Amino acid sequence: MNAPVKQHLIDPEICIRCHTCEEACPVDAITHDENNVVVDAALCNFCMNCIAPCPTGSIDNWRVVTTPYTLGEQLSWMELPPQEEFAAAGEGASGVIEAFDDEVAALLAEAHAGAGGAAKAPASAAKPSVNLFTSANPAIAAVQGNYRLTAETADADVRHIILDLGSTPFPVLEGQSVGIAPPGVDANGRPHRMRLYSISSPRDGERPNTNNLSLTVKREPNGLASNYVCDLTRGDQVRLTGPFGSTFLMPNDPQANTLMICTGTGSAPFRGFTMRRQRTLNGPSGGMTLIFGARTPDSLPYFGPLNKVPDAILTKHLVFSRVEGRPKEYVQDRMRAEKDRIAALLASENTHVYVCGLKAMEIGVESAFEDIARGAGLNWRTIRDGMRNSGRYHVETY
Amino acid sequence: MADLINVSYDTQIPNNVGLSSDKRVLKALEKWHPGYINWWNDLIPQKFQESLVYLRTAISVDPKGWAKFDYVRMPEYRWGILLAPQVEDRRIPCGEHVGQPAWQEVPGEYRNMLKRLIVIQGDTEPASVEQQRHLGMTAPSLYDMRNLFQVNVEEGRHLWAMVYLLQKYFGADGREEADDLLRRSSGSEEAPRMLGAFNEATPDWLSFFMFTYFTDRDGKMQLESLAQSGFDPLSRTCRFMLTEEAHHMFVGETGVGRVIQRTCEAMKEANIEDPYDIQAVRALGVIDLPTIQKKLNLHYTLSLDLFGQEVSTNAANAFNAGIKGRYQETKIDDDHRLQKSTYPVVQLVDGKVVTVEVPALSAINMRLRDDYIADAAGGLKRWNAAIAKIGVPFELKLPHPGFHRNIGVFSSVRMTPDGELLSAAEFERRKDEWLPSKADGDYISSLMVPCSEPGQYAGWIAPPRVGIDNKPGDFEYVQLHMA
Repeated sequence: MNAPVKQHLIDPEICIRCHTCEEACPVDAITHDENNVVVDAALCNFCMNCIAPCPTGSIDNWRVVTTPYTLGEQLSWMELPPQEEFAAAGEGASGVIEAFDDEVAALLAEAHAGAGGAAKAPASAAKPSVNLFTSANPAIAAVQGNYRLTAETADADVRHIILDLGSTPFPVLEGQSVGIAPPGVDANGRPHRMRLYSISSPRDGERPNTNNLSLTVKREPNGLASNYVCDLTRGDQVRLTGPFGSTFLMPNDPQANTLMICTGTGSAPFRGFTMRRQRTLNGPSGGMTLIFGARTPDSLPYFGPLNKVPDAILTKHLVFSRVEGRPKEYVQDRMRAEKDRIAALLASENTHVYVCGLKAMEIGVESAFEDIARGAGLNWRTIRDGMRNSGRYHVETY
Repeated sequence: MADLINVSYDTQIPNNVGLSSDKRVLKALEKWHPGYINWWNDLIPQKFQESLVYLRTAISVDPKGWAKFDYVRMPEYRWGILLAPQVEDRRIPCGEHVGQPAWQEVPGEYRNMLKRLIVIQGDTEPASVEQQRHLGMTAPSLYDMRNLFQVNVEEGRHLWAMVYLLQKYFGADGREEADDLLRRSSGSEEAPRMLGAFNEATPDWLSFFMFTYFTDRDGKMQLESLAQSGFDPLSRTCRFMLTEEAHHMFVGETGVGRVIQRTCEAMKEANIEDPYDIQAVRALGVIDLPTIQKKLNLHYTLSLDLFGQEVSTNAANAFNAGIKGRYQETKIDDDHRLQKSTYPVVQLVDGKVVTVEVPALSAINMRLRDDYIADAAGGLKRWNAAIAKIGVPFELKLPHPGFHRNIGVFSSVRMTPDGELLSAAEFERRKDEWLPSKADGDYISSLMVPCSEPGQYAGWIAPPRVGIDNKPGDFEYVQLHMA
C-alpha cells in the first residue's frame, strides 16, 4: 500500500496566474497553461520559496493523498478537490505530516509513540508551518543569550538559549521543535546528525513581537550536540532547520483545560504554552495544570520564574525525588495523590493532556493514569484512544 | 518631517546595489529624495499619512525575506532599491547582438533609446498614485484601503527603481529626467503625464479595480519585456518589480471579482432573474453587471492604446538593439532575431478589418498586445465562472480590439464592441450603451461610502476569501489615525 503523502497544490479559484511562484521555484516544479498554474508533485521539494512571493495566498494549499494529483488533473480544475478521507487509525494512514524530512519524521514518530497511536493536533490549534528550512537551506540565527537555569551546585547543567532570527521569517508554534546539527563531520566524513530541540518560547518570541525563540537544553556528558549548544556564546551563529511537528501543539481555545506532565527539559513546550496563555488570556480560562518533576529545586529548570506565574493561570505541582529529609516523590506519585481532580479532568471534553520528558517516565505516568481511571470505574485505554483521536492526548518523549 | 529628510541612507534605504559605497549616486539620490517626500506628502491626505497600515515591505530579494509584513506609517515606508540577483553569464536574449554577454553599462549607441524607455516606464509609476489619491476617503473596507496603499507605496518604489537607473547610468541628463518625473503630474494642463491612460481620473473603486486589472497588466507586460533587456541592470530591476506588480494584478482581479460576486448574490437573494433589469438591481445598492461590462470596456480599451502603433519602427529598433525583448523571450522557440519571419497584424483595408502578414520585427507591439489580450482574458474566465456558479445568465466579454481606440489602426474608425463599423455620429449617439455614462458614474459614486470597521465591507462588494498574510477576517489592516 502506498503511504499517504502531502501534496502541494494551488487553489485555482484564488490564483490570479501571475506566475510569480513559477519564477521563484528553484527546481522548476511549477508550470501553467492558459487555465491554471500547477505544481508537479514529483519535482516539488517543499523548499517553500514560492510561498512568500505569492500575492494571493492561493499557493499555500496542501492535501494528503495516496496518489498525487497529476499535472493534467490539476490543469483541468476550476476548484480544489476536498481532502480525501483516511481511516482514523491503522497502518500508515495518518492525516498529518509532522515533517517532510524522513529523518525528522522518524524522530518525531518515535517521540510520539507513547501516545499509543497516530497523533492528532488539538482541534483549535493554529496551523503550523513545517520544514521551512532544511539542512541544505538552513535559517541562520544569532545567539542572543545563553543562561544556566540550574544552580552551579546542581548535578544537571540545563541552559536557556535565546536565538535571534533577525529578519528571517521563522514562524513557530509552541510545542514545535527545531533541528540543530553540530558543525563538522563524523569519523566517516559525513556531517553530524541533526538533533531536535523543543522550542520553549511562545510563537511571538521571548518578549512579544521579537523575532527570536528559546531552547531548553541539558548538557549530556559526551553529548556532541548538547555540548555544542550549551557552549554557544552571545553572537555565535547557528544553523537552524525546521520548524518541525504538527500535532504536539496547544489548543488556542481559552476554555481548553490543559494537564501538562513533564520532567527536566520536557518542560520546554509547557513554558511556551503557559506564556502564550498568559499573553492572550482575556477573560476566564479553562485552566492549566503542571506536574513537573526534578531531583531537587535547584535542578528544576525555570524554578524561580515558574513560582511567579499566578495560580489563577497555572496550578503548579513541583515534585522532587532527591530532597534530603523528604520521601522521594515522582510525577506519577503526585498524579495518584491528585487522583480525584485528574479523574474529573479526564471526564471533561475540554481537557487536553500532554506528557513530555524522558522515555523512562512513560511507564510510570501511564500506570498512574490506569489506576486513576480504574478507581473512577473507567477504562484508561478507551479514554486515552478517544482523547488522542480528538487531538487531546499528546506524548513527546525521548 | 525633518527626521525623514535626514534619513541615513545606508540604513534607511534597503538596497542591494552597494549604495553606501557609491558616493556619486548616493549624493544624487539624496538631492532627489526631499522632492519625492514632498510629492508623497502633498498627495496622500494627512489622516492616512499618520495611520498605521499593515504593509508588505521588500527588505531583500530573497524569496523568503522580501515579503515582510508590519504596521507602517506610509511616509516611513522603506522605499528601497532592489535588483533581482544577477544571473551568471547572462546573454543578450534578442536582436542583432543575441548571444553576446549582457551589458553591465549603457551601450553608447543605444543610450537615448534606453533612457527614453526608462523615462516612460518611470513616468507611469507616480502617475497611478496621483490618479488614485482620493480613493482612501471612500474605501469600502480597511482591507481594501490597505491594498490601495500597498499598491501606492509599491508604485512609489518602482519610481525609485527607475530613478536609480537614471541617476546611476545617465549622468546629468538622467538627473534632469529624474526631476521631471516629479514635475509632471497626472491630468495637469501644463505638464501632464506622458501616456494618455495615466491622465484619466480614477474616480471610484470599481475604476481602481479595473485600472489595476487592465492598466497595471499593461505595466506587467512592459516590465516583462524590459526584464528581457540586454541592459542587465534594467532587466534585474524589472524582474524584481514584477514580483510586486503581481500584487496589483491580484487587487484588480479579486476586486472586480468581489464586486461581481456581491451583485450576483444580491440578485439571487432578491430573486431578480434578469441581469439587465438595471433599476431593480441598483435598488439593491449593488453595481449591475451591464455597468460593470461598460467599465471593463473603457479600461480595457484605454489600456490597449498603451501598446502604441501595431506596426512600429521604434519597437523594431528597440528589439533589434536588444534593449527590449518580447514577453517571455527566452521561452520562445525561434531565432530571436526576427530578420526573416512575419507576424499577423490587423489592418483596415477599404473599410474592412483584415489580417496581413508583416515583418515580425516591425510587429513587436502587436505581438505584446496579443499576449496581453490572452493574459487579460484569463480573469474574465474566472469572473464568468463565478457568475455561472451563482446562476446568473450573464457573461462578461472583452470588446473587439477596434472598439473605442485612440491609437493605432483603429483610431480612424468607430466600431461597436462586437467589431461592427459605424459612423462617428452613430457612435456618439449610442456610446452610452457601451461606455459608462455620466449617470452610471453618478450611481457608482453614490455607493462610494467609506466603511472603516474591521471586518466590515460596503454593501456593494463581497469580503475577500483569504486575508492578506493569512490574517483573520476581522483583522485591522489599517489603524486609522483619529485626529
